[in-house]
Amino acid sequence: MLLESIKMSWDNIINNKLRSFLTMLGIVIGVASIIALITIVQGATSSISNQVTELGANKIIINVMGTPLKQGLNQDDIANISKLDNINGISPTISRKSGIVFHNKVMENVTVQGKNEVYFQTDASLLNSGRAINILDLESRNQVAIIGSNIVDELYYGIDPVGTDLTINGTTFTVIGTLAASSGFGAESNNDKVVIPYTTALRGLGVKNIKNLDVFLVDTSLADDTVMEIKGVLTPAFNYKENAYTAFNMGDMIESFESIMSIMSLLLAGIAAISLFVGGIGIMNMMLVSIIERTTEIGLRKALGATPNIIQLQFIIESIFLSLIGGLIGLILGALIAYVSSILIGIGFSISIATIFLAVGFSAAVGIVFGYMPARKASRLNPIDALRSL
Amino acid sequence: MDEVLNMNNICKSYYMGAEELEVLHNVNLKIHTGDFLSILGPSGSGKSTLMNIIGCLDVPTAGKYLLSGNDIDDLDEIELAKVRNKEIGFVFQSFQLLPRISALHNVELPLIYSGLPSPERKKLAGEILKRVGLADKIQNLPNQLSGGQQQRVAIARALVTEPSILLADEPTGALDQKTGSQVVELFEQLNREGRTIIMITHDSNIARRARRVIHILDGHLTEVEV
Ligand SMILES: Nc1ncnc2c1ncn2[C@@H]1O[C@H](COP(=O)(O)OP(=O)(O)OP(=O)(O)O)[C@@H](O)[C@H]1O
Ligand SMILES: [Mg+2]
Repeated sequence: MLLESIKMSWDNIINNKLRSFLTMLGIVIGVASIIALITIVQGATSSISNQVTELGANKIIINVMGTPLKQGLNQDDIANISKLDNINGISPTISRKSGIVFHNKVMENVTVQGKNEVYFQTDASLLNSGRAINILDLESRNQVAIIGSNIVDELYYGIDPVGTDLTINGTTFTVIGTLAASSGFGAESNNDKVVIPYTTALRGLGVKNIKNLDVFLVDTSLADDTVMEIKGVLTPAFNYKENAYTAFNMGDMIESFESIMSIMSLLLAGIAAISLFVGGIGIMNMMLVSIIERTTEIGLRKALGATPNIIQLQFIIESIFLSLIGGLIGLILGALIAYVSSILIGIGFSISIATIFLAVGFSAAVGIVFGYMPARKASRLNPIDALRSL
Repeated sequence: MDEVLNMNNICKSYYMGAEELEVLHNVNLKIHTGDFLSILGPSGSGKSTLMNIIGCLDVPTAGKYLLSGNDIDDLDEIELAKVRNKEIGFVFQSFQLLPRISALHNVELPLIYSGLPSPERKKLAGEILKRVGLADKIQNLPNQLSGGQQQRVAIARALVTEPSILLADEPTGALDQKTGSQVVELFEQLNREGRTIIMITHDSNIARRARRVIHILDGHLTEVEV
């Protein structure tokens, strides 16, 4: 009996191809936009959070604004922080812009950063060739430099930079290595910078204060406690002045970023759900028209022994069919849109099983919800009135 | 002989707002297995109203109606659908075939609602179409058949569940005289085979060919001797 109802519903959809298709269009657009939006947002979220994770989820970042009396951190502050529990290493950053010269070729406004050995230890892929900065360089304030890929391209075309002399801010440095080209975007790109020992930078670049510190953790789950302990050291150091520095945990940042993105995808999906709702109304409308057209048929079926339940079932199945087919077309279309956009935007594409179930489930639900009323109406038709209409 | 149908003081009123219009007045009717009965009356006399009640498409406002011994008053909607499926075979003036499916499939319809599996349905429907003389037309769509042939398909559809009563409302109304006469001939044959038939008509020539003729006038029945 169910099989017969399915067959009858299917025949009716096939017999009204154009109208069925137009009816489905609402569902197609609704489901396609939900799938496309969710997939694109998920792709963007995972791409961005991958990049953020690359920056390190296992560290606390300290940024110093300073006070008039104490404009930055010194080596004593760093020593005090490294005495705390749960600290794996500390990487300070000193940054300034400077001109660099190699063989009469000049680059202006290059970011020169003072770093320590920890910076290179935490990420083995940082180095492309040569060696990293080591403790000896730091203790002896060696004039050594590691340069980014764009600088290699610009100043050293066809020459191995390792072992050459590079003039930074008027002082001669020996190039000991090159940085791996990074695909990261924004200010953190490694391609345009020169890294020297931070102790050398403190003296040679005319920078007296450390404004930025990455504190690497042993156990990330204790990050919040460690932040509190660091504040216990730094707040007295800045003489309890407010807004002298910030210390935040990268893990928190990634979490809050991800929650913002998931709220955003919910919001977008909500907007798309409105078009699904409109599509549902379209189906209801078509079902009502179809019932009016088939009044006599319904009356006849009842005269031949169809119970109200069977009539209702037949129309519900028809409406579920319409919305499911619409949903499947929408799924394919949405995936296609998401795929093309992810290539254009340059983010990863992956469609989750959950998304597929969501699309199929949503469209089936639309079919049931918006098919119920018309189907019930059909099942209640009085066979006499229905047969008289012809 | 077995009593198939027994109507006792059946009344039917239509209500239009507060106004009551009684269309059938104290109708008494008994029909036995093997009867061939025609109900003859002018337009508006209540023929279709009576047929709807006999066919369990409508319920009387008063009176007692026994069909194959069952009191129709006791049945709910689902049981009534079952009665229509098993006890009654409808034949309509305008045939009422579904236009997009073959003659065979049209005849199968009542069997679908009886819950019969497809191969048995096809077999029974094929046999009955053969019986009404359409063995070579079973795959035709309704619009590929003449009016007389379409009405034969409708009669086959009415007979396929082996109902207690074949109920025909103006079965010749949409046909020319010759074809109409052939349809009545088919009824006569079926009756000789033992079928119980009720035929509603306003044509006295057609009505006379039944074994019993009942006049209906303004909702009153009178049986005439033939
Ligand atoms: N649903 C209804 N509501 C109100 N009045 C109705 C309804 N159905 C039928 N009637 C009235 O009942 C009377 C009998 O109608 P019915 O259809 O039974 O006549 P009939 O004998 O079949 O006529 P015809 O030969 O034209 O088919 C008519 O006066 C008609 O107007
Ligand atoms: Mg009538």
